[in-house]
Amino acid sequence: MSTVHVPSTIKITVQRYRPELDDKPWQQAFEVPYHFDLSVLESLNYIKDNLDSSLSFRWSCRMAICGSCGFMINGVPKLGCKTFLRDYLEQGHITIAALDNFPIEKDLVADISGFVEKLETVKPYLIRKQEKPLSEGEYLQTPAEVARYKQFSQCINCGLCYAACPQFGRNPEFLGPAALALAYRYNKDSRDQGSSERMPFLNSEQGVWSCTFVGYCSEVCPKHVDPAAAINQGKLDSTLDYGLNLIGMAGGK
Amino acid sequence: MQTIKTDVLIIGAGGGGLRAAIAAAEANPSITIAQVSKVYPMRSHTVAAEGGAAGVIQDHDDVQYHFDDTVSGGDWLCDQDVVDYFVRHATEENMRLEHWGCPWSRKPDGRVNVRAFGGMKIERTWFAADKTGFHILHTLFQTSLKFPQITRYNEYFCTNLLVKDGVVQGVLAIDIANGTFVTFLAKSVIIATGGAGRVYRFNTNGGIVTGDGMAMAYRAGVPLRDMEFVQYHPTGLPGTGILMTEGCRGEGGILTNTDGYRYLQDYALGPETPIGEPKNKYMELGPRDRLSQAFWHEEKKGRVINTDRGTAVNLDLRHLGEAKINERLPFIRELAKSYVGVDPVYAPIPVRPTVHYTMGGIQTNIRAETPMTGLYAVGECASSGLHGANRLGSNSLAELGVFGRVAGEQAALHAKQADMPQMEDVQDQVNEQKARWLALRSAKGAENPAHIRKELADVMEAGVGIYRLSSELDSTKEKLASLQERYRNIGLNDGTNVFNTEWLYAIELGFLLDVGEAMVHSASGRTESRGSHQRLDGFETRNDVDFLKHTLAYWQPGSAPKTAYQDVVITTSQPATRAYGDAANKKGS
Repeated sequence: MSTVHVPSTIKITVQRYRPELDDKPWQQAFEVPYHFDLSVLESLNYIKDNLDSSLSFRWSCRMAICGSCGFMINGVPKLGCKTFLRDYLEQGHITIAALDNFPIEKDLVADISGFVEKLETVKPYLIRKQEKPLSEGEYLQTPAEVARYKQFSQCINCGLCYAACPQFGRNPEFLGPAALALAYRYNKDSRDQGSSERMPFLNSEQGVWSCTFVGYCSEVCPKHVDPAAAINQGKLDSTLDYGLNLIGMAGGK
Repeated sequence: MQTIKTDVLIIGAGGGGLRAAIAAAEANPSITIAQVSKVYPMRSHTVAAEGGAAGVIQDHDDVQYHFDDTVSGGDWLCDQDVVDYFVRHATEENMRLEHWGCPWSRKPDGRVNVRAFGGMKIERTWFAADKTGFHILHTLFQTSLKFPQITRYNEYFCTNLLVKDGVVQGVLAIDIANGTFVTFLAKSVIIATGGAGRVYRFNTNGGIVTGDGMAMAYRAGVPLRDMEFVQYHPTGLPGTGILMTEGCRGEGGILTNTDGYRYLQDYALGPETPIGEPKNKYMELGPRDRLSQAFWHEEKKGRVINTDRGTAVNLDLRHLGEAKINERLPFIRELAKSYVGVDPVYAPIPVRPTVHYTMGGIQTNIRAETPMTGLYAVGECASSGLHGANRLGSNSLAELGVFGRVAGEQAALHAKQADMPQMEDVQDQVNEQKARWLALRSAKGAENPAHIRKELADVMEAGVGIYRLSSELDSTKEKLASLQERYRNIGLNDGTNVFNTEWLYAIELGFLLDVGEAMVHSASGRTESRGSHQRLDGFETRNDVDFLKHTLAYWQPGSAPKTAYQDVVITTSQPATRAYGDAANKKGS
C-alpha cells in the first residue's frame, strides 16, 4: 500500500442541472473538509448545508438499505452513503453525477419513475392457485428452499444496475436487471405458483432475451443480488417454458 | 391547480401505510385509495428496521405473557385494551406477511423461527435475518401492487391537513417533481408518516424521519400524546448512530465496558449470565430504556471507551462464530465493517445509545381513530397507547400489521357513509396555505435553516436526553422558542420549482421545531420518572398517584404548547414494580 497524503480538504465536482435555468448539465466544484469517515453522501450534505443550499439529491437511511442515494461517482454507479472519500485520495478528486441511463430531473436526481413502473409490471407478489387460511399456519419452507430465492430478494431498488446496463442505455423499454431479478425471486419461491403468469413478459422482446450478458449489473450491485445470474437462469427457464409450450405442458411449476 | 378526489387517502407508504392501503382495498374493493408519500415506498424508514416483529407462536408461550411483558415494559403507561387487542392479533398479521411472501427465517422443519428480544419472557420475535423491516416493507409494497384501487402518488410532499368544522376534508400537497400544489379531497385520511427522530442529533433514523404527520395533525388541533417518551436504542454506532439490532443481543451478544466487564449486572439486570447462554429478561436482554440508562451511568463513572467517533461500550459477538453471524446477522457485519471498520467476527463493535423511536405521537384509540372525525393514524406517528413509557423491541413492526389493518378497515368503513368533501369548503385554506408556503420558498431572511436544524438537534440531545433536569428543560424551552423566532427569519436561495429540496427541508424544519416543542414541554410537565422519561431533580421515582396519565400537548399558534392529561386505560394489570433479572423473581412478577 502506498502512503497517501491525508489532505485537510478534498475537491468534489458535482453535476448541476436545473431544468428551468440550464440548457444542459454543467459542473460545479467544491472544497469539502476531509475526514476519514466521511461518505460521499455526507459530503453532499455538507455542501448543501454550508456551500450551496440549492443542490438537490435524494437520500435517507445512510446505511445502504433504502436505495435512495445512487449516483455516478467518478463514472461508476455507487451508493453515496457507502462510498467513502478515503477511497479517492489517490485519485485526488471526486466527480458526482446523476445515475446514467435515466433522464435527469434536477442536479443529482434521476427520474426513476420508469424503472419503478418496470418493477411493478412483473407481478412481484406471491400468486397462489388456492390461498391457505391463516388459521392453518405458514407455508412450510425449509432453509434450503429459502436459500433458492433469498439472494434475489435482497434488491433495494437503488437502480445502480440500470445505470450500469448498456442494453438499458440503448433500449429504455428493456425490463432490465432489477425487474427481471425480482420476477425470478418469486418464480424461485416454493410458495409461489405464478411463474406461468410471469413467463409472457420474461419471454417477451423486452425480457430476458434482451440481455447480452455483459454482467456489469452484478458487478455494481451493492447488495450482491447478482441480477445477471437471475436473468440467465431466467433464459434457461424461458427456453424450458418454450419447449413445454410446444408439447402443451406449460403452466405448472 | 389540480384537485384529486379519493375515498381514502393515506399519507405515507411505509409498513403502516401500505398495510392500511391493502386492508382498505380488501374491506371495500369498490373504493379508491390514494397512497401519497414524499418518497418512493421502498425508501420509507420501515426499511431500516432490523431485528424482528413480535407475535406469540411457541407452544409454551401465551398472549398473556406478551401482554404482561408489554405493559410492564411500558412502565404501566400502556392502554391495556390496546395491548390486549395487539397481542391477540400480532401473530396472525405476521402469518399474513408469510402468506404474502415475506422471507421469514426458518427452522430446519420449515416452520417460522423466532429469536429472543429485550424484555420478552419467551422468544417470540419473528425475523428475516437482520433485515426484517426491509423484507416487510418490500413484501407489503409488492403485495399492494395487486390492488388496482390503490393509486400511488410517489414524491408528493404533504404540507397541511384540510379541515372543516372539525372534520378532515383532505390534504394539501406539493408534487415534488414540478413544485406545483395539489389538493386531495378525501372522506378518510390516514396518517402513516413515521416518527420524528430527526429532532435529535444522533439517531438511528433516516433523514426523512421529520415528524411531518405529527406536526400536520398537531397544527390542525389534534393533540400529540406522550411526546416526552423518546427511546434511546442502546446499541447504535458512535458517530453516525446507525442501528446495531437488538437481535445481536437476542442471539447472545454481550455488552462490556472499558474494563471488559459486563456492567449491566450493576444495574439491576443481573446476575451475570454465562456467555453464549442469553437468558430472557436478564442482562443484555433487558429493556432498551434500562440499558441506555446504564450506559449513561457508566459514562459518568468513566468506564466507557473513548473512540475516534466518541464514547462507546463494546458489543461483543465473537463467541457466536462466523457461521451464525453470517446466517443471523449478515447486515450487522456489513454495516460494522463499512461504518466503523470492525468485523464483528474478529472484534467487538463499539456502540452507544442513539435516539431511535418516539413512543408518543398523534392521539389514537383502539380503532386507530384520532379525535378528529375521518382522521386516523398508525405506526410510529401515532400514540395508540401500545408502547406506554418504553417500547419493547419488535412490538413496533408487529404494530404496523395489526393497527395498519385496523386503520385501513376503519377508514374504508367511514368512507362508505361519509360525503365527498367539496373544494369550495376548503378553497380559502388552500389559498392561504399555498401563499404561505410560496412565501417561504422565496424568503430572504438572514438565517440559514440548516444551522437552525443542527442547533435544534443539539439542544434536544443536551436538554431532553436519557436523563432530564428541570433547569435544562427550562433552558431548552427557551432555546426552542428562540429557534422558532429565528425560523421566521430564514432565507432560501433556490427559487426554482423542480425538485426544490431546500424548500422541502425548510418546511420539514418547521415540523421538527413544533414537534420538539411538544416533546420538551411534555417532559417538563411530567415531574416523575417512568420508562424512558427519567429525571434527576427530585423526581427520580414513578408517581402513579399524579402521573398514571397520558400527556396531551396542544399546539398554540405562535407560542408554547398547552398540556393536559388523560387517564391510562387499566383493565387487568395494576401498576406494580417493574423489575428485571433476579429482582423480577424476588417481586414474584
